[in-house]
Amino acid sequence: MIIDILSWICLLAGGALGIIGGVGLYRFPDFYSRLHAAGITDTLCAMLILLGLGLQAGWGIAAFKLALIFVFLFFTCPTASHALANAALHSGLKPKLDKSSREVKS
Amino acid sequence: MFIAISLAILITMGLALTRALAGPTTFDRIAAVNMFGTKTVLLIAVLAFLSGRTDLLDIALVYALINFIGVVAALKLVTQGNFHTSDKDTIKAEQGERE
Repeated sequence: MIIDILSWICLLAGGALGIIGGVGLYRFPDFYSRLHAAGITDTLCAMLILLGLGLQAGWGIAAFKLALIFVFLFFTCPTASHALANAALHSGLKPKLDKSSREVKS
Repeated sequence: MFIAISLAILITMGLALTRALAGPTTFDRIAAVNMFGTKTVLLIAVLAFLSGRTDLLDIALVYALINFIGVVAALKLVTQGNFHTSDKDTIKAEQGERE
């Protein structure tokens, strides 16, 4: 029973984070802020949903496969985000800065 | 309850797809497609539990692997214009065969 409740909490939090990330990706004004919204929520959303599914599955081959997906996403999601930001910066895409931070820089 | 989660994931996928279609720069599109792929993995995993066939988790695992490699390959193609394989060597080898 407690495990059920925990798993539902994890699943709901994961779904909510996913929607938040999607809205951030859709609404933010600049590539880097979009990547910030997408990259961070993406990882935690995947973690929480897989954790909730694993709690539902119990010990067994399904939980093992979920753990494999978990480990793989845990390493590749941040890597992909980092590679994206790196490639965008190297190709000369400038972040959108507001006035105050531009003055501080110059 | 699994249906609610899959609906949430589908909404997120819709938003990511909108950004992929609308995104002004190529990197926006790649970020959106990356998010779309991750959400596809999660959707397959949730659907496996929804239909009670946990064999589908294998497909989710394979999709996660393919998604990462696809994103990195697309990034390389966009930033460098080619895949930086040893094209020169293969061209030289072909010319050598001809000669």
